[in-house]
Amino acid sequence: MISFIMGAALYIAPLILQAQGEPFIKRFEPTLVNFLMLSFLLFVVGVAGVLSRRNIIIIFMSIELILNAVNLNLIAFSRYLQLNEAALAAKGLDVNPLAGPVFTIFIIVVAAAEAAVGLGIVISLFRNRETVSIDEIDLLKW
Amino acid sequence: MEKALFIIIAVIAVAAALNVLIQRNPLYSALSLIGTMAALSVLYVMLRAQFIAAVQIVVYAGAILVLFIFVIMLLNAPKQQLQIDKQKGLRYLAIPLAGLLLAEAFYVVWRVQDIAMPVVKEGEEAVGTTWSVGVALFTHYLLPFQVAGVLLLMALIGAVVLARREGDK
Repeated sequence: MISFIMGAALYIAPLILQAQGEPFIKRFEPTLVNFLMLSFLLFVVGVAGVLSRRNIIIIFMSIELILNAVNLNLIAFSRYLQLNEAALAAKGLDVNPLAGPVFTIFIIVVAAAEAAVGLGIVISLFRNRETVSIDEIDLLKW
Repeated sequence: MEKALFIIIAVIAVAAALNVLIQRNPLYSALSLIGTMAALSVLYVMLRAQFIAAVQIVVYAGAILVLFIFVIMLLNAPKQQLQIDKQKGLRYLAIPLAGLLLAEAFYVVWRVQDIAMPVVKEGEEAVGTTWSVGVALFTHYLLPFQVAGVLLLMALIGAVVLARREGDK
């Protein structure tokens, strides 16, 4: 909860700061930093889920949230690179905006594979131990 | 206009993500996660990555979340209390680490503050269309694409082997 309030403050503060003293048109564009902040918030929510919940299925869902935050970051940076390709090329930087969407597709593939294998493990675990709580799955703990 | 839409969608995404955590029934968490995925898909459209937006809906909401919901309904696990362990010693470690994370985020925000996404021009070629992504996947990224296919096959076989009952032939 506290982390959410801090995250919301983190998100809103630059918006208020930005709203002052800037041209009217420019305010109505979502900037790269907005996408980065949204991605950060989703990442923090996902990490909080992994750390605080005890249900292994919810932990898997939180991992999906984290991967989605990364995907949003990749797409936002890809868009930024695409829009500024000419300016960056003038500075001698050779960028490849297509790497973002392609890498996002690979992340989605890995997420699908991870979900399939992870849920297979959950099913066989539930068959053996009759629980999905990670507090009771501690055979390898010492 | 676009920023207003962005703020609405962002609030929906974060609220649905929080709802994933605070629901006690895992089924409601899974349904809430679909809301996050749909909101992110809207954001991908705003970023002109139409193919990724479609893949997000088809793969996440259509495949992965259905898999989650199937498993939740198969297991029929008892509802559990929302409990958080109170470990006093770790608190003194957690607060500095959380502060470090926030400081890092503020630093990034401060550094990229002045970067604005320029106005989109009509008829501009987008990177996220099916055509451009497909051409990249089948030319420059052909080997990673094939490796991803092998990975999916391995995951498929692994999931079947893991979920199979021991005595079944």
